[in-house]
Parts: sequence; C-alpha cells; structure tokens
Amino acid sequence: MGKENLRAVFILTICLGVFPFFIRSDYYLSIMIFIGINAIIVMGLSLLMGYAGQISLGHAAFFGIGAYCSGVLTVKLGLSIVTAFFCGIFLSIVMALAIAIPTLKLKGHYLAVATLGFGEIIYVIFNELLEITGGPSGLSGIPPIHFFGYSFKGGWRYFYLVWTVAILLLIFSLNIIHSRVGRALRAVHGSEVAAQAMGVNVSQFKIQVFVLSALYASVAGTLYAHFVTFISPSTFSLFVSILLLMMVVIGGGGSIWGALLGAGILTILPESLRAFRDFDILVYGVILMAILLFMPEGIFKGLTLSATWMRKKW
Amino acid sequence: MSLFSQILQFVFTGLTIGSIYSMVGLGFNIIYNATTIINLAQGEFVMFGGLIMVFLTVVLKFPLFIGFPLTVMAVTAIGALFERFAIHPLRNASLLTLIIVTIAASILFRGIAMFIWGKDPYTLPPFTQGSPVMIGGAVIMLQTFWVLGTTLAIVVLTTLFFNKTIIGKAMSACSFNPMAASLMGIHVRKMILLSFALSACLGAVAGIVITPISLMDYDRGPILAVKGFCAAVLGGLGVGYGAVLGGFIVGILESLTAGLALSGFKDAVALVILLFILCFKPSGLFGSEEVSKIKKF
Repeated sequence: MGKENLRAVFILTICLGVFPFFIRSDYYLSIMIFIGINAIIVMGLSLLMGYAGQISLGHAAFFGIGAYCSGVLTVKLGLSIVTAFFCGIFLSIVMALAIAIPTLKLKGHYLAVATLGFGEIIYVIFNELLEITGGPSGLSGIPPIHFFGYSFKGGWRYFYLVWTVAILLLIFSLNIIHSRVGRALRAVHGSEVAAQAMGVNVSQFKIQVFVLSALYASVAGTLYAHFVTFISPSTFSLFVSILLLMMVVIGGGGSIWGALLGAGILTILPESLRAFRDFDILVYGVILMAILLFMPEGIFKGLTLSATWMRKKW
Repeated sequence: MSLFSQILQFVFTGLTIGSIYSMVGLGFNIIYNATTIINLAQGEFVMFGGLIMVFLTVVLKFPLFIGFPLTVMAVTAIGALFERFAIHPLRNASLLTLIIVTIAASILFRGIAMFIWGKDPYTLPPFTQGSPVMIGGAVIMLQTFWVLGTTLAIVVLTTLFFNKTIIGKAMSACSFNPMAASLMGIHVRKMILLSFALSACLGAVAGIVITPISLMDYDRGPILAVKGFCAAVLGGLGVGYGAVLGGFIVGILESLTAGLALSGFKDAVALVILLFILCFKPSGLFGSEEVSKIKKF
C-alpha cells in the first residue's frame, strides 16, 4: 500500500490510540465513535465513486439492513450478536447483488437511480413492518457487544472497538487500491473502453466494488445498533444516504483519506451548528455550497494544493 | 360507494398528483437534455412556487391573476440565479460533482424556505369556489380540473416551444450534440441558463396549482423530486411526453395502492416500478435503446 500510506496509517493509529487518555468526556468520545462508523461507510462509497466512477444514493439502506438485522435478530429472536452480524452481511450482499447485476451491466449512472429507489423502499419497509421492526417508533433494548464475557460498554471501550474495525478496513481498502484490482478499477474510472480493451471485465469489477461497499455499510450498521442500542427508520432515510455521499465529495471523491476527512467534518459540523437551532439546515447548506464551489475536488485536494503552494512560497 | 366509483375516485386522485409528478419529470428532462445533469433540486422549485404564491395571495392579498405570474417569474429567477452562481462556475467539473451541487442547492433552498416560512404547512384557497362535481359516483374537487387543465396547457406549450420556435429548436439541438450546436452558432451556455429557468418555471406552476389540494411546506421538495424522477425514468429520461405519461402512471398506481391495498406502502410503489423498469427496459417505456446508448447518464 505504499510507504506514505503506511506512515499515515501508523500516525492515525497512534493519535486515535491516545485519544481517550486525553479526552475523557463521553460526549466527545461518542462523536468520535460516530465519526468512525460514518468513516467505515464512506470508505466503501469512496471506493465505489473514486475507483468505479459510480454513485449510490441509497447506502443508508445497507447501513439500515446491518443495523436492523443486528437489532431484530438479537432482540426478537435472541440470536447471538455474531450470528446476527453475519446475517446482516449476508442479506446486504444478496441485496447488493440483486441491484448491481442488472444495473451495472448497463453503461451510465443507472446504479444511482436504482439505489435511490432501493433506499426508499427499504425505508418504507422499516416503517411499515410494525411487528418486526417496531415501525416509526423504533426498536429498543439492543444488547451491547460482548466477546467471551468481556463487555464493550462504556465510551472508550467502544471507541477502541469501532476504530479498530475502521482502521482494519482502511488498511484493507488501501491494499485493494494498490493491487491488481485497484489498478483495474482506476482504469475503469479513466476509460471504460480502454480498460475493456486491456481485458478488464468492467461490469464484474463494478459489481464487486458495489457489493464491497454494501458490506462496509452493513458492518457499520451493526456497530451503530449495538452502540446506540436503539434504532428507528429516520436514521436510514434518503437524507442520510445523501449526507454520506456528501462526505465522499466534500472530503475528495478520489481518495480514501479524503473520505475519512469528509466523514470527520460532516459528523462534527451538525454538532457544532446546534447553536443555530432551527437555522442549522440553512447554515449547513451554505457551507456545503461554499465548499463545492471553491473546492470542487474536495477539501483533501484543496488542502494538499494549498500546502504545496505554501511550501513554494516559503 | 360502489367499487367502481371508489376506483374512479382513486384514479382522479392519482391523475391530480400524477400531474405534479409529470411537471416535475418534464423539468428533469429539460435540464437533462441541455446538460445531462440530474437536477435534484427540482422539487424545491415546486415548493418555492407554492410558498411564494401563498405569500403573495394570502399575506399580500394580491388577486390570483397577478399572484400567479409574479410567483412564476420569481421562481424562474431563482432557477436562473442557481444556474449562474452554482452550475456556471463549475462548468469544467465532472458530471457527478454537478449532480452533488444540485443536492447541496436543494438543502440550501430548504434552509432558506424554513428561514422565511418556518416549519408549518401552508394552504391556498381553491382558484374557483363551488361545490365538487360528481362523476360516476366519484367526488371531484374543482381544483382538480385546474390541475389537469394546467398540465395539459403546459404539455401543449412545451411541445410547441421545442418544435416550433427557434430558441426551442436550438435547445433541442444542444441536447443531441452540444459541440455541433455551438458550431451552428447556438450559444450553448445561454441555452443551459434557459433550461434551468424554464424548468424552474414549470416547477413553480406545479407548486401553485397543487397547494390548494395538498398543502405546502418547506420539506416537500425531496419526495416530489424522487417521484418526478421516477416518472421521467419510467417514460424514458429525456423523452418529453414520456415524463408526462410516466407521471400519470406513477400517480394512479400510487393512489390505487393507497386506496385498495396498504396506504403505508404508497411511497414505495413508484420506486418498485422504477426498479422493474431499470431491470427490464432501462431506456424507459418510450425511450429508444439506440439513443440511451450514446447518453452519458
């Protein structure tokens, strides 16, 4: 995955490792946990967008499938957390294949359209299957994660759990990018025709990346459900799907590091806009618009450019 | 009430809401044809249409025939400004970035609307007072005729515009091949500006006529955009009359599902249709596969 990336992963791990020693407040820890959960989904989306050139407008649905599988299966059926987790992943993969196989064979952005529809359908299902999902009022009493008698309750334990998963997936994603698959994907993003001529099975690669990104979202869903212990459909609405996509773009569509940055910024932003009360959506809109207009390539690229500019200047 | 008159009732309800989807779908098509952008802020134009009309006629007490054109002009201006300040500066950005910009704009528009009007829904008095009409046992409000009539007028006018006027023909030319169009002396950037203005104008009209029936609030845009988009894809993205028929089909099926089966699943109908269309005929009911192959989105 390259020396620079390795160094960056190392620094990030150390920073996160010491974080709970300095910040003890549960509020900040839980924000960091949410950043971690969002980062997992956004990394998947970033692979999809930056390397397969496709967007998903319904990733909150896969997030929701992971969360609801964990929630429903542990609360209503009393299955173990690990079983429920794998059921969620299995269901997400099946759903992702069902959407991707017909749409990714076609040229163009049909995947975006299909995922938009899929996301809304799943959202309606979460709302309407009252006996199973609890409907709009949600599902509560999801047990916290425990392995071999060790319970991940309490802010800092869960913080380490979420970020361990996030960093493992980060390393995995970076490895994919710098492997044969990654090169094939970048070729697809550059020119589908040229990639095809070189013997890359374009639609198969796209389908694989999409399924992978759905899997990431499902993992994040499970982590979310066991952390909050209460889930309701509004967490998995179209707005959330769009927000996740925004994180990719704001951070910088083409890079995994940008995705992490985007997840961080857009998770913190609404929290810091609490002071504006009802006007937060206005301020939020203005900030998004400004970033897009002045840094269309994303903040990560914007920062890198200004860093090189500064280095030249001094 | 017999089953027949019940179904008739649902069909009329479906036609009414379907008209709105049609107009939103038409708006999608106009911008898509000029730019291949999917403008996800399309629903916000409808929302602005309804709310500005409420402001002009209920708060400022303007009569209908003054409020209507003023509202349409205001929303058209919003559409044009949106193109000038958000789409035009990013003309070299990728298509995906531009679509994301329209999403950001839709959030911004909602923020502005909530800043001005708050979270409450608003209503308008119907355009003509009078008791509802009975047709085959179904009760039909007079406003329904306004909605259907307006949609018909819009369809006729846009068809004439794109087929008979020089500007309309120039806009169609841009949709086929912007490069060739600019070589023919067509100012492509102007046509793009015009497409945003025109589609905002259609959205405003839809918003004005539907508000007396279904109320309007700041958060109505996204769901209208999704349904209108379904209508456009169902009819074949970029095919003008396709969106209109698509809108009616979506509207009627939705209202039948709500009335005869499960009301909660009403919102899923349009999207299930959408997924089926994508699986079996991605170019849409009326789109040609040859054309869809060369398009970017």
